[in-house]
Amino acid sequence: MKEIILQIDASKSLPLGEVGGAVPLPHILFLSTALFFIGMYGLFTRRNMITMLMAVELILNSVNINFVAFNKFLYPGKLDGIFFTIFIITIAAAEAAVAIAIIINLYRSHNSIDVEGAEELKY
Amino acid sequence: MSAIQIIFWFLSALAIVSALMVLISKNPVHSVLWLIMVFFAISGHYILLNAQFLAIVNLIVYAGAIMVLFLFVIMLMNLNNESEPQKNVWMRLAGAVSGGCLLMILVSLVRQAIEINNKVAEMKVGDIGLIGNLGKALFKDYLVPFEISSVLFLSAMVGAIVIGKKN
Repeated sequence: MKEIILQIDASKSLPLGEVGGAVPLPHILFLSTALFFIGMYGLFTRRNMITMLMAVELILNSVNINFVAFNKFLYPGKLDGIFFTIFIITIAAAEAAVAIAIIINLYRSHNSIDVEGAEELKY
Repeated sequence: MSAIQIIFWFLSALAIVSALMVLISKNPVHSVLWLIMVFFAISGHYILLNAQFLAIVNLIVYAGAIMVLFLFVIMLMNLNNESEPQKNVWMRLAGAVSGGCLLMILVSLVRQAIEINNKVAEMKVGDIGLIGNLGKALFKDYLVPFEISSVLFLSAMVGAIVIGKKN
């Protein structure tokens, strides 16, 4: 996969850490970490299946921020992080479609989407 | 503090406050609307991080398609404050403790990572994230993952229809 390295914009990307208007990398990592654990707390505490799915989307987005930030800060001339993010968005869309089909089926059979009520597969 | 930094702090605060409101608000419709606010803030971050096409894709796919699907399902099931299940206090405490511990560990790890601590990049400059560059790379270097993702979409569509249809 070495051929992935692109040289489209490498000459135009600025040298690191020169001018004002710059944000250090740990700040963005703190933001994505905070979003990740807010999403994780939601996944732990909410029992509504749609809200749990929303927490999962929050977690996926925090990971996306990480990918884009590392791409920008460490390899400004390449596109790998951006493509990872695009494929994560793709998979998130497919996952949301299948999960919502499952939720509708659950609602049809149990008349609620509380995950505590769906425990037939447990035993 | 320059304008870019002010925008960065504003977007970060907006993202975190909206993400908290997603969990705090009892009504699922309000949760979805706050989540759309989170996605707008994250798209602003993408623009600052020089991924312009990704920002638009994030808005169209997440805020436009997935969230509308969520809203549609919530309104179809007629969820509201009353149908929100009662939360277990111990479960909330366990979630807060474990999430907080992991958050602390990750934050301290990031603070100790010396190699990345002095990395500073100029925001909002460069055109690497524009659609022309992305398209060239997508149809040359990432052709196989692109096709595989189309197969994934086909299988997800078939799976959603099979799961969702009536017996």
